[in-house]
Amino acid sequence: MSENQPWMLFPDNPALSVFVLAIVALVFLYAARRPMHELLRALGALLGGPLRLGARWLVTTAEQMKERNRAVLLAHGRHEVGQRIEREFERLGAVVRRDLQGYPTLQRKLLDEITRIEEDYKKCGEVPPPPPDWVEAVTAMAEVKTGGEIVQRILEEIKTSIGRIHDKAISEYRKSYESRHKILESFMPFWRSVDRNIAEVNKKLGDLQESAKGVDALMAKYEAINAKTDKAQHALTVSAFTQFAIALLVMAVAAGGAFINYKLIALPMSEMVGAGDYLTASLRTSEVAALVIIFVEASMGLFLMEALRITHLFPRIATLSDHMRRRMMWIALVLLVTLAGVEAALALMRDMLIADKQALIQSLATVQQAAPADGWVGKIPTAGQMLLGFILPFALAFIAIPVESLIHSSRTVGGVLLAALVSALALTLRVLANVARRMSKVLITVYDVVIVLPLLVERMTKAGMAMRHSPVDADDTAYKTR
Amino acid sequence: MLKRLFVWFLALSSAAFSAGCGDSRSHAQAVYVLIDTSGTYALEASKAQMIINYLLGTLQPGDSLAVARVESRSFTEKDIIAKATFDSRPSQANAQKRAFRDKTDAFLKTVKASRYTDITGGLLQGAEFLNETGAGTKTIVVFSDMQEEIDKITVRNIPMNLKRIRVVAVNVVKLKTDNIDPRRYFGRLEAWQKRVVAAGASEWRVINDLERLDTIFSRT
Repeated sequence: MSENQPWMLFPDNPALSVFVLAIVALVFLYAARRPMHELLRALGALLGGPLRLGARWLVTTAEQMKERNRAVLLAHGRHEVGQRIEREFERLGAVVRRDLQGYPTLQRKLLDEITRIEEDYKKCGEVPPPPPDWVEAVTAMAEVKTGGEIVQRILEEIKTSIGRIHDKAISEYRKSYESRHKILESFMPFWRSVDRNIAEVNKKLGDLQESAKGVDALMAKYEAINAKTDKAQHALTVSAFTQFAIALLVMAVAAGGAFINYKLIALPMSEMVGAGDYLTASLRTSEVAALVIIFVEASMGLFLMEALRITHLFPRIATLSDHMRRRMMWIALVLLVTLAGVEAALALMRDMLIADKQALIQSLATVQQAAPADGWVGKIPTAGQMLLGFILPFALAFIAIPVESLIHSSRTVGGVLLAALVSALALTLRVLANVARRMSKVLITVYDVVIVLPLLVERMTKAGMAMRHSPVDADDTAYKTR
Repeated sequence: MLKRLFVWFLALSSAAFSAGCGDSRSHAQAVYVLIDTSGTYALEASKAQMIINYLLGTLQPGDSLAVARVESRSFTEKDIIAKATFDSRPSQANAQKRAFRDKTDAFLKTVKASRYTDITGGLLQGAEFLNETGAGTKTIVVFSDMQEEIDKITVRNIPMNLKRIRVVAVNVVKLKTDNIDPRRYFGRLEAWQKRVVAAGASEWRVINDLERLDTIFSRT
C-alpha cells in the first residue's frame, strides 16, 4: 500500500485513518438509512415487477397455446378416427355385402337339405312285419287233443308253410333294412354339406363380430375425443410423438439411401453438364444436377403416392376426378421409371469413368500395377450399381409416406414443445422476479448489519428517552419483553 | 451425412434465388511447367516425366496444363512443348491427358542440352500463358537447378508480373560449387524467392523430394 494515498487522513497511522473513515462512513450510512432502504426496495420492485409481469404473460400465453394445441389435436384426432371409422364401416359393409348377401340362398339350401334329410329319415322308419292271420288257427289246432295222424299231417303242412313264409319274411325284412341302410348312407353328403355350411356361416359371423368389435373400439375412442377427455388427449399426443419419431427414423434411412443415390450419379453427371462449373466455391454444377434428379424422383414419388391416394398432402390432387387422377398416376409412374432407367445408365457410366481413370493413372504410374482379374466377378459391382441405380428411385418414392406423417405430427410435437418452452421461460422469469425481490430484502438487512452500531445507539437513546417521559410505560415494556 | 445434404440443399436454394446462375469466379487450375534443358541438368529431364504424370493424374476436367523447356532464350511460344485445357467431360479429359503424356514423353526422350538457361524468360512466358487461361489458381512449376545463365545480348533484368501466381521450384539440385560452399545454394534460392515475391507471386516454394509432389498444390 502506498504511503501517499489521498484517503489516508493520518498518513503515519493507516489504522487510525481507516477507523476515522469507518466512523464517518457509518454516520453517513446511518443518515441515509431510510432513503437507502427505499432505494433498495424500489430496485427490487423495478427488477421484480417486469419479470413477474413477463412471467404472468408467458403463463397466459402458454395456457392459450396449450388450449389451441388441445383444440387442434382433438380436431385432428377426431378427423383421423372419423376417417378410420368410415373406412371400417365401408369394409364392414363390403364384408356384409360379400358374405351375407348370399345368406337367403344359403338358408334355402340348408332348409332344402334338412327337409330332404327329414323325408329320408321318415323313410328309414322300421315297419314290423304284420303278424300272420294263421297264427290263431295254428294255436287252435295245437289245442286239439285228438285226431292223431290227420292233425299231425296238418301241423306238418302248416310247419312247412310257416317255415317257407318265415324265410320269405326274413328275406324281405333284410331287403327292407338294406334299403334303409342305403338311404341312411345317402344322408352323409347332406350332413357334411349342412355341417360345412353351418361352419362357414359361423366363421363369417365371427369375422363380422370381430370387425364390429374394432368399430366399437374406434367408436369409444371417437366418443372420448368428442368428450375432450384428458385420456384421449394424452393418447393422441403420445401417438403423435411416436409417429414423429418413427417418421424421423424412416427419413434418416431414406436420407442414407438418397446419399448413396447421389454418390452413384454425381460423377457421371459431370459427363453431362461438365465438371468445370461451380455454383459455390465447393459445389459443382454436376453435383447440384445429381441432387436435382434425386429431388425430382422424390417429387414424382410424392405425386404417385398422392395419385394412389396413399398420402393426402395436396388437396388439389385429392379432389381430382378419378380419370384425371389415374392419368396423373401413370404420368408420375412413367417419369419415375424413366428416371430410374437414366440412373441405371448413369451408374454404368460411373463405373466406366472410374475404370478409365484407373487405367490412366495406372499408365501414368512409374511402377506398373498388376491388372485386376477381368471375369464375371469383376462385373458384379457394375451390375450391383446399375441395380441400385434402378431400385433407389422407387425406394425414394415411398419417402412421401413418412414425410406426410412427419408434417402432420410435427404440428402437435412442435406445439407441445413450444408450450413447454414458454412455460419453462415463465418459470425462469418468476424465479428471477422472486430472487430480485428477496435480494432487495437481503440487501436491506445487510445494510442494517453494517450500521448496527449507530442503530444500537439509536435504540438505546430512544429507550432512555422513553423511560424519562413515561417510566410506567417503560416498566410495561420491560415486563412485556421479559 | 444429413448435414452435408442439408448444406447442399441450402446452397441449391440460395443459388436458385440469387440473381446469377453460378459462381462467376473460376475454380479451374492452370499449371505451367518449365523444364530446364541446359547443360548437365538436361540429364535430369527424365525425372520431369514423373512431375508431368503427377500433374496429369491430379488435374481435373476444365484445368489447363502446359509444359515448356528452358533454353538460352525462353520467352517464346515455340518453347511450349505441349499445352491443353482439359475438356469438362471426364472421358474426353482422360483422352487428352493420354495424348499429352505421349507428346511430352516423346520430347523428354529426345531432349538436347542448351547452352544458356533463361529462367526469367520462361517465367515471363508462363505468366502470360497462365493469365490468358483465366484460371482461378495459377502455378508455375520450375524444374531446374535455378542457376540462370544468360548471354550478353539478352535482356532479362526487367520487372516481372507474377501477381496471384504460385511459383514452385522442383528438384533444385546442388551444383558442384554448392557442395563447396552451401551458402551459394541457399543464396541462390533466397535471391529467387526475393525476386519472385517482389514480382507479386502469391507463394514461393521449393520441393526437392519428388515423392512429396502432393505439396505442389497444398496451401501454406
